[in-house]
Amino acid sequence: MPANKFNGFTDYGVGLGLRIPHYDHILSKKPTVDWFEIISENYLVDGGRPLAILDQILEQYRVVQHGVSLYFGSAEKLNRSQLRRLKNLVRRTKTPWLSDHLCWGSVDGTYSHDLLPMPYTFAAAKRTAEKIRQVRDFLEIPICVENVSSYTEYHVSEMTEWEFLTEVVERADCGILLDVNNIYVSSKNHDFDPYDYLRGVPHHRVAQMHIAGHTRFEKYILDTHDHPVLDPVWKLYAHATQLCGVTATLLEWDDKIPSFQEVHDEALKANDYVAGARAAVPPRPAVASRGASRS
Amino acid sequence: MKRPARKSSRGAARFAPAQVTTTSELAALQRAMWKLISRPLTAGSRMPRRWIDGRLTREIAAQIAKPNDRLTSFDRLEIYSRVYWFRVLDSLYDDCPGLRAVLGGPRFMKLAEAYLVRYPSRSFTLRNLPGRLARFIREQPELTRPYTALCYDTARFEWARVEVFDTAAFPLFTADDLRSADPARLRLNLQPYLQLLKLDYPVDEFILAVKQREELSRGEASNTSLTAPGEPVRATKLPRPRAARTYVAVHRVEGTIYFKRLAPAGYKILTAIRAGRTLQQALTAGIPASLHPQGDWAGAVQGWFKNWMELGWFCRRE
Repeated sequence: MPANKFNGFTDYGVGLGLRIPHYDHILSKKPTVDWFEIISENYLVDGGRPLAILDQILEQYRVVQHGVSLYFGSAEKLNRSQLRRLKNLVRRTKTPWLSDHLCWGSVDGTYSHDLLPMPYTFAAAKRTAEKIRQVRDFLEIPICVENVSSYTEYHVSEMTEWEFLTEVVERADCGILLDVNNIYVSSKNHDFDPYDYLRGVPHHRVAQMHIAGHTRFEKYILDTHDHPVLDPVWKLYAHATQLCGVTATLLEWDDKIPSFQEVHDEALKANDYVAGARAAVPPRPAVASRGASRS
Repeated sequence: MKRPARKSSRGAARFAPAQVTTTSELAALQRAMWKLISRPLTAGSRMPRRWIDGRLTREIAAQIAKPNDRLTSFDRLEIYSRVYWFRVLDSLYDDCPGLRAVLGGPRFMKLAEAYLVRYPSRSFTLRNLPGRLARFIREQPELTRPYTALCYDTARFEWARVEVFDTAAFPLFTADDLRSADPARLRLNLQPYLQLLKLDYPVDEFILAVKQREELSRGEASNTSLTAPGEPVRATKLPRPRAARTYVAVHRVEGTIYFKRLAPAGYKILTAIRAGRTLQQALTAGIPASLHPQGDWAGAVQGWFKNWMELGWFCRRE
């Protein structure tokens, strides 16, 4: 939805990921950009250039924090020192919401630095939701979880990915950062209909969307963020905005990064779909069916 | 008390749990998958065919992942293994241009892989990945022989650069803070980001030469190197530096990292200040008593302090 409690009742428009190769352009040219998404981990430091740059950005732009290492889905406890640093950064950026991934990535204090897929079980959903609540209570801001691209499925899974996402966000009462490209990538890797996925998530919890490019290999698709957004993903995005309403949208471009203008132009294509969705009759804000609820 | 491992239908201990209905089973599944994907890849960047105990890796992969009509369980988990290893090795590759130049690309990658097996990341950020590399080089000298001492200094220097880049800076100490101070009691404080190194090799000059060489190998319009990670840079090979005791401060000015050579006495004074000694004790530590009478020490020390103040190395205690 455009503004809801999961994105701090904001209506942010189309944003860009803040990336180092664009620092000089942004700071010198001050282009008009709705908002920037930062990777929190890049600024969880005590000083130096990262924070100096961030402070300059914050003087001019709205910033939203997106993380890659909270690992809500890891069985182990949250890292308290990381959370303390995160809270300091939240105070600095005044981010209206904070997002991280619905995945795991650490085991017994060792970090993979990857977004590993969850086994879709009720026990995993319960543990994950518990940790999301702990993070929200500590940081005191809305939390959104992002669906990841995946390349494997587990024998132990008890439900579909979208049922698992629903189970987690309902238990945690948190928002969804709906990554449309990730849905597409996983749908091809696991042979499901991405439109079933879109229909299956609770639309009223969608607080932000991600779009990105991917790379097709012979036997699978990899979420590489090094291309423009492909047509099937734009179509899926258009459908998602119809279902969920217009919401903050961000283009991710993390590798082989072209000029700022090229990335910005690509992101602004989202406005064509946003205009269509704004013109359409607003969808009824209803909870999607929860096919996997446990009695 | 640990729960006994579940047995498979054939009686062998299961590698991964057959169900995840509790948090401990979730932990067991994650441990199993992590063990599998964090094992080093073969020379052909594949997961090893045999597991440590002799079983076929595909058999234990099949306990975790479902196959599909295009990929086996092994293939699907191998994607994660490759992504993990490429990511952490790339990260070290970027952080350690000096070590790469000393050892050459292939030998550096062997060192990096062995290091990551012994010391996998224990931090949420890749920034901290090289933090224990110098220690590892000392623990496993056979991986860097006959350049172990040079590699040790280079790893310390490259880690110092990481620390200098984003460690905190405190408000500057000013001349006003000296008013009515008693030198016998006065304790100065160094900026937390300032790194002081006593080296057996002039690594600072070597790193500068390495950086210059790498800049030459980059295209002007591109932010990516012309060579893929892991490949040796196609440029003139740099001569390794000869041993020479070197004292260096690694510091920053407006976000840019600089190296500054120090006189031995200057280094001793600064390290004594960092250790919490009074100004008087620090000066005594730095300047040998037999040399005190020589007049030019006063001028030299005065010049050092003036320079260090200008560079913002002293801060107020937080």
